[in-house]
Amino acid sequence: MISIKDLHKSYSIGNSSLHVLKGINFEVEKGELVAIMGSSGSGKSTLLNILGMLDVADEGDYILDQVPIKNLNETKAAKYRNQFLGFVFQSFNLINYKTALENVSLPLYYQGIKRKERQEIAMDYLDKVGLKEWSTHLPSELSGGQKQRVAIARALASKPKVLLADEPTGALDSTTSYEVMDLIQKINEEGNTILVVTHEEDIAQMCKRIVRLKDGVIIEDKKINQVLATSHV
Amino acid sequence: MNSFKVIFDRDTWQEIFGSIAKNKTRTVITVIGVLWGIFIYIALSGAAKGLDNGFERQFENIAMNSMFIWAQRTSIPYEGFKIGRSIELKLSDIEYLKQRVPEIQYIAPRNARGVFGGTSPLVSRNNKSSNFNVYGDFPVYTKIATKKIYDGGRFINEEDNKYSRKVCVIGERTQTELFEKDENPIGQYIKIDNIYFQVIGIHKFVPGGGFETDGDIFIPFETFRKLYNTGETVQWFTVAAYDNADAVDVENKLKATLKRIHRVSPDDERAFGGFNLGEVFTKIYGFSKGMTLLSLIVGIATIIAGVIGIGNILLISVKERTKELGVRRALGATPSEVRNQIILESVFLTLIAGIIGIILGALVLAGINAGTQNLTDFPYTNPTVPISFVLGALAIMIFLGTLIGLIPAQRAVSIKPIDALREE
Repeated sequence: MISIKDLHKSYSIGNSSLHVLKGINFEVEKGELVAIMGSSGSGKSTLLNILGMLDVADEGDYILDQVPIKNLNETKAAKYRNQFLGFVFQSFNLINYKTALENVSLPLYYQGIKRKERQEIAMDYLDKVGLKEWSTHLPSELSGGQKQRVAIARALASKPKVLLADEPTGALDSTTSYEVMDLIQKINEEGNTILVVTHEEDIAQMCKRIVRLKDGVIIEDKKINQVLATSHV
Repeated sequence: MNSFKVIFDRDTWQEIFGSIAKNKTRTVITVIGVLWGIFIYIALSGAAKGLDNGFERQFENIAMNSMFIWAQRTSIPYEGFKIGRSIELKLSDIEYLKQRVPEIQYIAPRNARGVFGGTSPLVSRNNKSSNFNVYGDFPVYTKIATKKIYDGGRFINEEDNKYSRKVCVIGERTQTELFEKDENPIGQYIKIDNIYFQVIGIHKFVPGGGFETDGDIFIPFETFRKLYNTGETVQWFTVAAYDNADAVDVENKLKATLKRIHRVSPDDERAFGGFNLGEVFTKIYGFSKGMTLLSLIVGIATIIAGVIGIGNILLISVKERTKELGVRRALGATPSEVRNQIILESVFLTLIAGIIGIILGALVLAGINAGTQNLTDFPYTNPTVPISFVLGALAIMIFLGTLIGLIPAQRAVSIKPIDALREE
């Protein structure tokens, strides 16, 4: 599903340049649930941004579902993001003046899907994350866990090939974190490919594979026995 | 997405309403900025037009390019005549003037009793009587100063003059003072200085310009001449020049010609008096044209200021919404979709503000109109703004709204989604 070869990325800070990614190689198969771990400054967020087409690598190849991601202009990147990727952020990033339902249907709006159909699809996904009754509520009326579930529904609504989650439980308490991870595991069981960036060990253990980054290189890449989130609740 | 489809798409508008409704205070203040601009524009240009119309109404009954010329006393001794000689205009001057001054369209010699010194003649009927000014006129006078005659009457005609008929055209006040309410004066007789005159018409008095009143009585020039024994004397000429002639130039030519006829020094400034309506009109029209131009400039400048205000607010709004726009981009909004949204917000706000401003401006103009309706002395009538001005203002607003919207829109697009999302 994802194939990365010899990925380099550096940022220039003033005169000096900071080499953040120093040749990353890795593959992700369809249906995997991968945790990307590392301390802050290890390059994990940069890697996720490149995978999310929010940032461009200096060197190396990135192939997503047989489509080489290269030389994208903003319009094309937006199209690809819309079709291929679903984002889940640490700070939820819901649009605060839109209801849960409107938030979920936003990526479908940018796909040009008709209003009625859009709302039906969005309602299905809200139902899937268990928030059907909250569809008319604004984000400010939802708890943190509920907000993250709305965000997950929004990321899923466009049927992406890969779901990218950047510290999805970073702003949540542990109980709520496990609920969100439970949801992520269930979605993964349905065959969705998911990448989770985290620095929490217990969250990483709930994935099927852990990739550890340090100073811009992969120091460990192993498959693990998944801990079910439900066992913590 | 093609831009026409975007404009007529319900979803686009929902997005715009959503973001506009999000910050109501901001939206209202922005709207007031443009609203005030267009309101000033409409109110000012309407007021200027009202003034314009008002002047036009004041002078609608008199030819624009007209003047009065009368004779006074000489102030320079000339050709053996001593200083201070009184001069009298003569009927025979007319032919000479017409020959020498080809710009003359109409020339009407006039005589009057009670206007410039002297007492108004006593006019009586049965047991009622009063004093009114009496004018001796040729029918050509109505070519220069229009006289509206009520139904069933007429002004003096050539035949009346030819046969020195004792007929008269009376004013509205003359009618109310000498006749009963339900009486029709036409065909009735009144006595002017003890001579019977038949009433042939009643003129409707239009206020403004000149010394005429609503009690004036007009009789044929020839009849006046016989009645008051004025001979060849003419008190003053009323002259209308052709529209394309320069009024001041014509006045000078007339005076110069008269000086030659009456053997007055060409340098004598006081021998002939004149009042040049054309000159006055030129000044008044220049003034009201200036007013219109001024109101146009002030109005448009205010609109521009308001639109710049919208641009400013949207710029702040874009800054505020950096994160939201980043999320939208991450979710698949193309740069052009974001740009269109910001521009449409700008245009929409401008238009809404503009339409409300036009309505308010129109209401104020209607109020001024109602307030000045009965003020006949005040030169103010029917303050309107031509539809082309309104549409022009709207077009300018849409154009400026788009233009000013481009700045925040470009800014919104220039922020990379990654930077937008990073911003906390």
